[in-house]
Amino acid sequence: MRARVLIRPKQGILDPQGVAVERALPALGFSGVENVHVGRLVELDVDDPAQLQPMCEKLLANPLVEDYEIIVE
Amino acid sequence: MRFGVLRFPGSCDEVDALHAARRVGDAELIWHGERDLRGADAIIVPGGFSYGDYLRAGAIARFAPAMESVIEFAREGGLVLGICNGFQVLCEARLLPGALLPNVNLRFTSRQVELEVLYSGGSFTAACALGERLSIPAKHAWGRYYAEPHTLEAMDRSGQLVLRYAPGENFNGSVHDIAGVCNERGNVFGLMPHPEHAVDELVGGSADGLKIFESMRLAVEGARA
Repeated sequence: MRARVLIRPKQGILDPQGVAVERALPALGFSGVENVHVGRLVELDVDDPAQLQPMCEKLLANPLVEDYEIIVE
Repeated sequence: MRFGVLRFPGSCDEVDALHAARRVGDAELIWHGERDLRGADAIIVPGGFSYGDYLRAGAIARFAPAMESVIEFAREGGLVLGICNGFQVLCEARLLPGALLPNVNLRFTSRQVELEVLYSGGSFTAACALGERLSIPAKHAWGRYYAEPHTLEAMDRSGQLVLRYAPGENFNGSVHDIAGVCNERGNVFGLMPHPEHAVDELVGGSADGLKIFESMRLAVEGARA
């Protein structure tokens, strides 16, 4: 089964990559953009999707500083 | 006094750590695939880019066979020092509270930093005076220490905030200017700057880093006496 895991910096933790992108966009003429956050995407084929959450907790994300979202296709 | 220095694929500061440890005792390298810590009195998890820093710095190294033994060693009260990538590995292994995030400047930065000793009562800074300044190199891209406010309060109360960047020196954006922390028990310590690169004034800018290794020697030999 194909799955995607989206990993983002937790709300309230400074995301300097998001800030840098947010500052760059107006310079290119894109206005009205805010709350930009940069995260990671992990795509994987997995036999048992029930394993995805423990995978995230143990390795794919650091739950102390990152939120994750599991999308099973 | 014998140090074991771990070596992962991608480590790059293990030889300097070995050299620094040999200033105060014996030391040998331990390959990441080994489980036997060979009777070491203290373990150093060195700097570098273990497993290429894939996913997050330290995330994969924490599952190395040698790290399983280090986790057990730490639970038994053994002294563990994590430097730079080693600090990241110890946080990922949950031997230390908190996490290391990308520097606020988003750059790999290499420079000499001035540190202040906030706690000199423990096993890693006993050879330092309280408030003493240490001049030590730092070089990293993921050095912004973060822990939740309630965790930081508890750490502050129990003397776990050991080193901080002196005013104006916190280039990575660490919370409360924190540069080095220990666990509640005081036997595991991690810091982003590199004391092993500052053991010789000729090449290290200072020999202040030796005090960390000397403190560990005092702790081990004091416990034996």
